[in-house]
Amino acid sequence: MISAHGLKRAGSDPSTAIVLLITVLGALWALFAAAYAPDAAMRGQSWLILGGFLTGIILLVGAIAGGGVVTDEREYNESLIKAGVIASLFWGVAGLLVGVVIAFQLAFPVLNLEAFGFTSFGRLRPLHTSAVIFAFGGNVLIATSFYVVQRTCRTRIAGGIWPWFVFWGYQFFILIAASGYLIGITQGKEYAEPEWYADIWLTLVWVVYLLVFLGTLWKRKEPHIYVANWFYLAFIVTIAVLHVINNLAMPVSWLGSRSYSAFAGVQDALTQWWYGHNAVGFFLTAGFLGIMYYFIPKRVNRPVYSYRLSIIHFWSLIFIYIWAGPHHLHYTALPEWAQTLGMTFSIMLWMPSWGGMINGLMTLSGAWDKLRTDPVVRMLVMSVAFYGMSTFEGPVMSIRAVNALSHYTDWTIGHVHSGALGWVGFVSFGALYCLVPWLWKRKGMYSKALVDWHFWIATIGILLYITSMWTAGILQGLWWRTYNALGFLEYSFVETVEAMYIPYIIRAVGGVLYLAGALIMVYNVYRTVRGDAVEVDENVIDQPALEAAK
Amino acid sequence: MSEHDSKRETDAHSGTETTGHEWDGIKELDTPLPRWWLYIFYGCIVWAVIYWVFMPAWPALPGLAGETDHTRGLRNHSERANVAAALDALDAERAGGFAALEGASIAEIENDPQLLGFVLAAGDAVFGDNCATCHGVGAQGFVGYPNLNDDVWLWGGSYEDIRTTLTVGIRSEHPDTRFSQMPAFGRDELLSRSQIGDVTDYVLSLSGTSADVGAIQRGEAIFEAQCASCHMADGRGDRLQGAPNLTDQDWLYGGTREQVMAIIHRGPYGVMPAWEDRLDEATIDALAAYVFLLGGGEDATARPTGR
Repeated sequence: MISAHGLKRAGSDPSTAIVLLITVLGALWALFAAAYAPDAAMRGQSWLILGGFLTGIILLVGAIAGGGVVTDEREYNESLIKAGVIASLFWGVAGLLVGVVIAFQLAFPVLNLEAFGFTSFGRLRPLHTSAVIFAFGGNVLIATSFYVVQRTCRTRIAGGIWPWFVFWGYQFFILIAASGYLIGITQGKEYAEPEWYADIWLTLVWVVYLLVFLGTLWKRKEPHIYVANWFYLAFIVTIAVLHVINNLAMPVSWLGSRSYSAFAGVQDALTQWWYGHNAVGFFLTAGFLGIMYYFIPKRVNRPVYSYRLSIIHFWSLIFIYIWAGPHHLHYTALPEWAQTLGMTFSIMLWMPSWGGMINGLMTLSGAWDKLRTDPVVRMLVMSVAFYGMSTFEGPVMSIRAVNALSHYTDWTIGHVHSGALGWVGFVSFGALYCLVPWLWKRKGMYSKALVDWHFWIATIGILLYITSMWTAGILQGLWWRTYNALGFLEYSFVETVEAMYIPYIIRAVGGVLYLAGALIMVYNVYRTVRGDAVEVDENVIDQPALEAAK
Repeated sequence: MSEHDSKRETDAHSGTETTGHEWDGIKELDTPLPRWWLYIFYGCIVWAVIYWVFMPAWPALPGLAGETDHTRGLRNHSERANVAAALDALDAERAGGFAALEGASIAEIENDPQLLGFVLAAGDAVFGDNCATCHGVGAQGFVGYPNLNDDVWLWGGSYEDIRTTLTVGIRSEHPDTRFSQMPAFGRDELLSRSQIGDVTDYVLSLSGTSADVGAIQRGEAIFEAQCASCHMADGRGDRLQGAPNLTDQDWLYGGTREQVMAIIHRGPYGVMPAWEDRLDEATIDALAAYVFLLGGGEDATARPTGR
């Protein structure tokens, strides 16, 4: 649809002014914090925050002076997605690298360098988890959701400059959070470590993200909303709710880094795991199912297997998932009835989760031959297979009797990584391998063989990782509960730590392989983007431009 | 006929109709829900409902579930009660052994294979989770943490001495803790660097290491003035003060010249926690006997006191 008024310049519109105002206010706050923060960590970090806001001001003023941000309603905004792809790859490699480092630290504690406190496991572990989940996963989700919502609504992304605010604001949040971990700023909530000021900033960015997404749905040119967008929307809305509630806290000082949670004791634990489990459910499951629902049918060029299944499994998934958090607190101070609810809802969650697996795999019906010819399809299918496996393993581990064996052991770590490396990682890589030729208008990737290498190296890495952690975890669980005939524990805790040495090394090697695969991908993407001769890939079908898409 | 119905088409491969929707080239088949999927889903829901009937499950308004604020379930199950019962059962299982241990001397323990087995099992479990972190899994010790397998004891190696040390700790927060403090001769500038070197040469000469005769002589004078009150004039130490014997080849902080100099410079302050509030008396008995029996216990006929 060509509109005479399609071309808009956002330079002088109110939204640019509002973004400018936000950055100026942020810079002022950072300046005050630099001067008056009661703690040294905040005084140090405020310079980074000030630098970020000043950079934003300079870029905004430059954009306004140069005539403003162009919003051409006749085209999709693809440069936004390109930026997201690059950010995803950068944070992916960074997060995996830190993961490899801390995996080796567990086998070789000497790698916690005493002279450099920030290298201790306690600081690097949240850096790893946040980098892979929120920096890598979050960027993949934001980039793909902006891509998919434009394509499936057949309209340019809404909001003028605001999508860019979401992108850069989110990168800024990652920087604040990550640098905070290294200098010891944390509120000690797993997967919600950033302190109150970073939380407020993320809330702002996230609400804008929601509005941009809703605005794009609102002006869609299609009569219906595609299933991928349901999942993205559920992800965005629920993460907003989880983030705000779990992070309710009172800062000690409005210029300091420290705050105290609104919750205490078992209420705090329950809120935390309501948040923590639904971060898995809505960030790492619902969001990435959105990716799957777009990229698998596109890549294999087949219709989605079952519309009805997508409706039923969507609604049952989001209704049931939100209850499952208490299964993280079996055998704790949490009342038993709450544990029961967490466990039974986890069991009921099994089939709603598998609905996504069925729809993902069965969409290949009629195109199974592509598993032989297209490594990207192989990656996507493997991701769905891991999704199915870990969403079966999860309910099993939620059963209280099984949890008695698995809880606090490395089995949990293995479970998480079969989901994270297998499902989230592979579906992200698969989507990025689809996006790169589409966005940069290439006929294929620079090297299809390298995609295949990535697939196999990473797959072997995952297998080493999860098998070593299964072995380690079950051994820990069994040894911790073994009594001898006289009624005394057969193994001391430190003996079970010693026994982890070999599994930890195998796990670290698995991590190295997975990282190596990602580096191969970065090289392949770099060569493709640079414009080197690509292998013409018949699986890469040009994406129509907005005007042509009727 | 709606707009969608008119766009419905039959997929050639599966023979299933599409829904008539299309987004960016993506269509959807109108495949019914897989039956196996649906029935397993129903089965899980039914199982959950049955589980709720039998187990504590739902919060309830006051008065609706009797005394509690939630439904108790037909089984009246309580995981806390189960844990308490399991702990009681374990205590009962161990009670016979601990009863036999009470008041037993080391000789009696050694002559009763059953009691000996009990002491070794109990001691091993307690040692592994409380002591091995510092003393090593095999009680072999590390620099600064004594080896418990040998017959070198700082505060005494009888059954009673070991029990006392375990109970009150060394330089711990216990009011009756075993306490002594060697000065930091170098750091606090009580001795010069060359004086520390001389006294080191003298100390090492006590166990047969040769050095410059002049240095040893100068060191001997310093030793008599500064060290002999605790380590005794002959350097054989004093267990009442936890002062080690300096004439043997056993060195808690290492026996090289550099290590001995370093320890005179900084003055060691080794701490062991008091276990009185952490382990009950019977367990401390078993642990003390276990440590005694590791090989270095002294005075095997002495009877434990205090019980």
